[in-house]
Amino acid sequence: MSLLEVTDLTVSFERGPGHRSSGRVKTVVDGVSFEIASGHRLGLIGESGSGKTITALSVIGLAPDRATVTGSVRFDGQEMLGRSDRELSKWRGDRVAMVFQNPLTSLNPLMRVGNQIAEPLRQRQKMSRHDALTVAVELCGRVGLPDPRRTVRAYPHQLSGGQRQRVGIAIALACRPALLIADEPTSALDVTVQAEVVALLEELVAELDMALLFITHDLAVVSGLCDQLAVMREGKIVEHGAMAQLIQDPGDPFTRALFDAAARTAVDAPVSGEPFGVSPVRMPG
Amino acid sequence: MSMEVDLLLEARNLRRVYKLPRTSILGGRAERHALRGVDLALPAGGSLGIVGESGSGKTTLVRILLGLDRATSGSVLYRGRPIVPGRPHSLRWFRREVQIVFQDPLSSLDPRQTVESIIREPLTCLQIEGDHHARVLEVLDAVGLEADMRRRYPYEFSGGQQQRIAIARAIAAGPAVLVGDEPVSALDVSVRIQILDLLRRLATDMGLALVLVSHDLGVVRHLCDDVLVLHEGVAVERGPVGEVFTRPQHDYTRQLLAAVPRIRTSGPARTTRGG
Repeated sequence: MSLLEVTDLTVSFERGPGHRSSGRVKTVVDGVSFEIASGHRLGLIGESGSGKTITALSVIGLAPDRATVTGSVRFDGQEMLGRSDRELSKWRGDRVAMVFQNPLTSLNPLMRVGNQIAEPLRQRQKMSRHDALTVAVELCGRVGLPDPRRTVRAYPHQLSGGQRQRVGIAIALACRPALLIADEPTSALDVTVQAEVVALLEELVAELDMALLFITHDLAVVSGLCDQLAVMREGKIVEHGAMAQLIQDPGDPFTRALFDAAARTAVDAPVSGEPFGVSPVRMPG
Repeated sequence: MSMEVDLLLEARNLRRVYKLPRTSILGGRAERHALRGVDLALPAGGSLGIVGESGSGKTTLVRILLGLDRATSGSVLYRGRPIVPGRPHSLRWFRREVQIVFQDPLSSLDPRQTVESIIREPLTCLQIEGDHHARVLEVLDAVGLEADMRRRYPYEFSGGQQQRIAIARAIAAGPAVLVGDEPVSALDVSVRIQILDLLRRLATDMGLALVLVSHDLGVVRHLCDDVLVLHEGVAVERGPVGEVFTRPQHDYTRQLLAAVPRIRTSGPARTTRGG
């Protein structure tokens, strides 16, 4: 049995009044199924608007209130869809945690970094303020923040983008979740910082034996990190399988075009003298 | 032989120092050295990629090259004429020669103007002679948009199409140099490749010289002949793209290249669980 089993997940929004297609239903995630066994790492890639983020949010019960979510999300064999906010909130943080794209908007600007890392520990594990802060210092060191004792006293704006994302990771890891969901955690970072953060995630996932759902638009980032790959397009998973196999032999034409585009703009792509404007697949845009 | 090269844009020993806000009423103002002596040369028809991470001075360099900001010292020359910010009309001749495409197409296009009037604007402002309507149709065709799209507004288009409109506006006046400041970084991978191919085709067809500023080494590799690596305001390395990317000489370039994620066809190196 897999740690996370998502079956036929469908998310739709009803257009509100005033919209030109008012009353009509827009389905943004359409019958998505995948599973992640504990200790495995699934990369979910797709272009903007393909439904990656809303899939992740729906899985952990954070889809917007207006959204209608159907299907099944089983974690450790238990159905999580339709649980109360209270139960979901306990589940998140305890067993599953999320790292977001932009650490500056996901961190509280008015709270010291150390208190933000300590918060889940005090709430979930009922640690004392002092113990929780001690663990926060340890976690800061573990995620590679310089001078942890001083960093815990800093506010988010005093840290660099890479350091903020490390704080985001520390918060997510505080309660040692079994599943970590990372939504484009490195897209806002410079390449050298991105490489460090990916390496850190890779290390921590192995060390803590976590399962990982890594969402990105960048195939290169997940190709070395995840062992499974799912490709989303227009709300559907068009391809799902073992990473190595999919990269070498994508079955779906969209996946092939996507991989081809990624390979042609890769830094080690051969400097080509091929004729211009030969796009393998015609896409709107 | 090298003396014969037709140089368009040239920068000599550019320095730019920003004064930071006072942090105390008694203290002096700290300084930030955004550029510490950068030289560059762009020959007609050449293509130069400027790469660097955030804070490396890329944007400052572009602003000074375009005459939008004044260097603290050093100079920018276009065909030997100095480029210094001044009254708008004093650089009008320069704007006919050098045009720019920005990162975010939607914020660089006026939402209340139709595509046609957006593309016409530089023709009017720069006092370009000839039939402006015909020119609009011509550049729309060149960037792969249909003629009747000219009546629509920017929001009606996808990101890739918006960037095509921005490119159409940039080439309308028939410039010799096109500057792109991260022109594809806001686009999806599949759209990105189309815009890159378009830029390359335009460069070839119209004999445009390109200056491409990007944090994405792959994009520069795809489009440029030469590359300049900027780090903390210093051009730490420069040369033909193939050479710099395969045999980097400077430590920072090596570090940058090593950090670029690559598609590992073998999947993750490590197997799962306790491997």
